[in-house]
Amino acid sequence: MQWIPAILAIAIVAWFVGTYNRLVRLRNQIQNAWHQIEVQLKRRHDLIPNLVEVVKDYMSYEQETLARVVEARGAAVSARGTAAQAKAENALTESLKSLFAVVENYPDLKANQNVASLQEELTGTENKISFARQYYNDSVMTFNNTIQSIPSNVIASVFDFRPSEYFEAGEEAKAVPKADLR
Amino acid sequence: MGGGRACPKCGTVNPADAAYCNLCQEPFSRKGDSPVRRAPMLPFNEAAASNIRRSRLLFLLLFAAFFGLGGIVGKVYGSVPMGLSLALILYAILASTAYFSGSSIVLSIHDAKETDSGEHRQLLNVVEEMKIAAGLPMPKVYVMESQGMNAFAAGRKPGEAAIAVTTGLLSRLNREELQGVIAHEMAHVKSRDTLHNICAAVLVGAIALLSDMFLRDTFFFRGRSRARGEGGGRGNVAFLLLGIVLALLAPLAARLLQMSISRQREYHADAAGAEFTRNPLGLASALEKISREGAEVPGENRGTQHLFIVNPLRAFTADSSALLSTHPSTELRIQRLRAMAGLGT
Repeated sequence: MQWIPAILAIAIVAWFVGTYNRLVRLRNQIQNAWHQIEVQLKRRHDLIPNLVEVVKDYMSYEQETLARVVEARGAAVSARGTAAQAKAENALTESLKSLFAVVENYPDLKANQNVASLQEELTGTENKISFARQYYNDSVMTFNNTIQSIPSNVIASVFDFRPSEYFEAGEEAKAVPKADLR
Repeated sequence: MGGGRACPKCGTVNPADAAYCNLCQEPFSRKGDSPVRRAPMLPFNEAAASNIRRSRLLFLLLFAAFFGLGGIVGKVYGSVPMGLSLALILYAILASTAYFSGSSIVLSIHDAKETDSGEHRQLLNVVEEMKIAAGLPMPKVYVMESQGMNAFAAGRKPGEAAIAVTTGLLSRLNREELQGVIAHEMAHVKSRDTLHNICAAVLVGAIALLSDMFLRDTFFFRGRSRARGEGGGRGNVAFLLLGIVLALLAPLAARLLQMSISRQREYHADAAGAEFTRNPLGLASALEKISREGAEVPGENRGTQHLFIVNPLRAFTADSSALLSTHPSTELRIQRLRAMAGLGT
């Protein structure tokens, strides 16, 4: 029966390697998810000047709304640091919402093919941002759960895996529940 | 299953704590006979995990049936290993054909055309949104020209997946509903249901083929000239009879198992898709529209009916025979989705 300790040792090493690799994979998944968010934020920054360009001729009375969008975009582009960035991006989301609410009042603007396609692009990008954030937060949760639960927390503390931070949504976004479709 | 609970509708025995029948999805009322059919409320993760477990078990059964049949056939001809290896070779040939050309065949049968930009901008955006939510690579997107509303996913693994939808679906669903449908398909891709479907279909086909070969051989070429070896006699006759019975029953049983796997996978994709969108009502409302407006697709045939989000050939109502359906009844799927959103019926 000398092979029992040997098998036990192999099993422990295998578990050790497996868990370590899993933690690395989860950490990289979080990084990748973060990158996804940034890609979509960048895309939104790039789309806004086009939208403003198309819309501004129609909306002579709504210069203020437009100015707010442009300003919010500028702030979001130059924001540094996760918290500041999140805050600026949430403000930008809000300003875009009010712009689209105003667009509803201009029938010929709504009928414009360019505006319609830009609106679809921006809606898509907004959704991609929020789904990327959701995926990021889900990944963070899985990672944090893993490094905090027994027995994988042993390996996490030996190799110094730290819990990641969630990407918080803005106050406004949290308050909006999904409406019933009917 | 000791202390099980028999379903009042179809008689299937379920675990004692089951909230609804595993086969026909008849809900079990807690006390007395409540006439209200109500799907139990289940959180996404739990619903998804239990459906996955169930379909794995069914898969094992299917495999066991296949190799069991191979073994019995082998026994009749005198050698169990020979029967098993015959079964294995048969499976390998069929599976590799299906594996390497399955998805392109399916896409061409249904006349699906790849789209990459321009007119289907919204569709592509929605697919990209769901791919982000699922954390998967971008699948290829196909469109089928049809008034009916339907969609399916194909491809062996997430890296080479394809999602196809009909033009009828695109024109009649709003963005939120489309998102629900795409999320359902993305969930199929993520849990590799497309691969499971291929495997299940191949197993069913192989079982049918094996049974066929065996029966034909037994009844048409059973000359005494065939050398039966010394193992002949009573034992062999018994096994011959057993083989015949099995060969007659196995294809049917395999089919039932396949349908059952398919139904579990559909429920799973509904739940997992709702987890991606965090909005079960989008898909619920889409399913409602689809069942109202029809789900026909180009090139529809029985071989691929289980791939679609809603069966294009038959509408399953809550009362249709559950055993032979590829999909759970749309009505019950909607109920479960609404229950996930915290709404009763």
